[in-house]
Amino acid sequence: MSDSSVDLSRYAVRTSQLTRYYGSLAAVDHLGLEIPSGEIFGLLGPNGAGKTTTIKMLTTLLPPSSGSAFVAGFDVSVDPVQVRRHIGYVPQLLSADGALTAEENMTLSARLYSMPRSERAGRIREALRFMDLEEFAGKVVQTYSGGMIRRLEIAQALLHRPDVIFLDEPTIGLDPMARHAVWDRLIGLRKELGLTVLLTTHDMEEADVLCDGLALMHHGKIVVTGTPAAIKAAVGPEADLDDAFVKFCGETIEEEEGEYRHVRARRKSIRQRG
Amino acid sequence: MSGQDENPSASAADNIIKSGVMAFIRQSLAIVDTELRKIARDPTELFSRAAQPVLWLMVFGQVFERVHGIPTGRISYTAFMSPGILAQSILFSAIFYGIAVIWERDLGIVHKMLVSPAYRSSLVMGKAISAGVRGLSQAVIVYAVVFIMRIKLQINAASLLGVLAAVLAGSAIFATFSLLIACVVKTRERFLGIGQLLTMPLFFASSAIYPLELMPHWLRIVSRLNPLTYLVDALRGLMIYGGQSVYGFGTDFAVLGVVFLVLLSITSKIYPRIIV
Repeated sequence: MSDSSVDLSRYAVRTSQLTRYYGSLAAVDHLGLEIPSGEIFGLLGPNGAGKTTTIKMLTTLLPPSSGSAFVAGFDVSVDPVQVRRHIGYVPQLLSADGALTAEENMTLSARLYSMPRSERAGRIREALRFMDLEEFAGKVVQTYSGGMIRRLEIAQALLHRPDVIFLDEPTIGLDPMARHAVWDRLIGLRKELGLTVLLTTHDMEEADVLCDGLALMHHGKIVVTGTPAAIKAAVGPEADLDDAFVKFCGETIEEEEGEYRHVRARRKSIRQRG
Repeated sequence: MSGQDENPSASAADNIIKSGVMAFIRQSLAIVDTELRKIARDPTELFSRAAQPVLWLMVFGQVFERVHGIPTGRISYTAFMSPGILAQSILFSAIFYGIAVIWERDLGIVHKMLVSPAYRSSLVMGKAISAGVRGLSQAVIVYAVVFIMRIKLQINAASLLGVLAAVLAGSAIFATFSLLIACVVKTRERFLGIGQLLTMPLFFASSAIYPLELMPHWLRIVSRLNPLTYLVDALRGLMIYGGQSVYGFGTDFAVLGVVFLVLLSITSKIYPRIIV
């Protein structure tokens, strides 16, 4: 794959032969991915497909075993601090601190990103307003609904005005109303801020409604990539993304990903969001 | 022309170092501020931790004072053990600090912090200072109990500042050690087992409740490698009227400082592994 500054500015995320092993198991296997700037891009796949591991490598939480990845123009292995300055991240787990208010959670983020004190209050207000949370800024997060917590987490990830935002299963465990509220805000991110969004999801409707581009992952590899319409068309004229999922991933029974503690934490997180 | 202008590259390097140090301090303080807000909102933990030092001083201490079996020089046994009990409270509250980080990891809070450009060392330092503040609350409790028991305390600025520094250093050491264990063992169950395994040996292999001279030779060697010994030694010289530091304050604080810096540097390196 050729490498040039033109490509790097055109693509918010670009990986080549990106691989991560856990012992002898390749969780992500020679992944090649190009996500154009300004798109909402979805990574789909069954549990254990390698979506979360991919996101962890792209957000510098996990070093790749081999291959390369550029995010916002910076190499995740060579310049991880620059990558961190240019990305926002919303983990799958419940990451807002329930013992703090929304404003305190946001202030902590602002300080960890070394945001000047003079800009802090304005930016916090702006991000909370964008996620429709301004009036709840002073309330302790423990009193929030699941949808509000997710919107707060997205507000935190937006605070330092990143170029790329990563969302790992952003609507998992949310009721339909809260899910639609999150979708609206994500569409707003692309429209109003021109942000690149990379999300992982199990939800075919979410992928269809939100994403400009999709990649289906299976056993650590990308099995198909394209627009939702193109992927559906490749299966058949009446096909939906569920059909595409079954065709390309070859399974309908889902196994939960990760070790016992990950499964336990995820289920707990879902329970906490109600 | 100023020196800075004569050597612009040195000046730029200076500025980078200064801004790095300032960012480190600001980020550490952000963590401390967050932890303090949580304590202020729910101080139950601080009060519940008061029971243990009260029991040790008022029950164990008073009983053993009547035994007259432990040579404590010019001071009473309860006066001798008071700094040891403060050190023990600090150890017991700080050594389980890592479990909170495992909890935060399970919630996803650690993931989010590690994706920020903040120095990893500032995240650890912030936790260490927060543990120090919790340790100060233990000091207030022990001082109150000791005062009620009519044990004569050294109340002057130098002694109080010395105790403050020792409490902060001791709490920071054991909290950082605890974070290190959490990064290695990764689960609450394993952490609790190791925490239990470590606390009593650390406590008994120090001069907290008996003098070093009473220890068998092998235990005396172990106690010299135990940072709790130096914490107790400093507190004994600073806190109690007539109490003496065996090793000297210079040695005590030098050992505490070096141990903390070594632990901070190791823990900062392996902190990101807690999520893998």
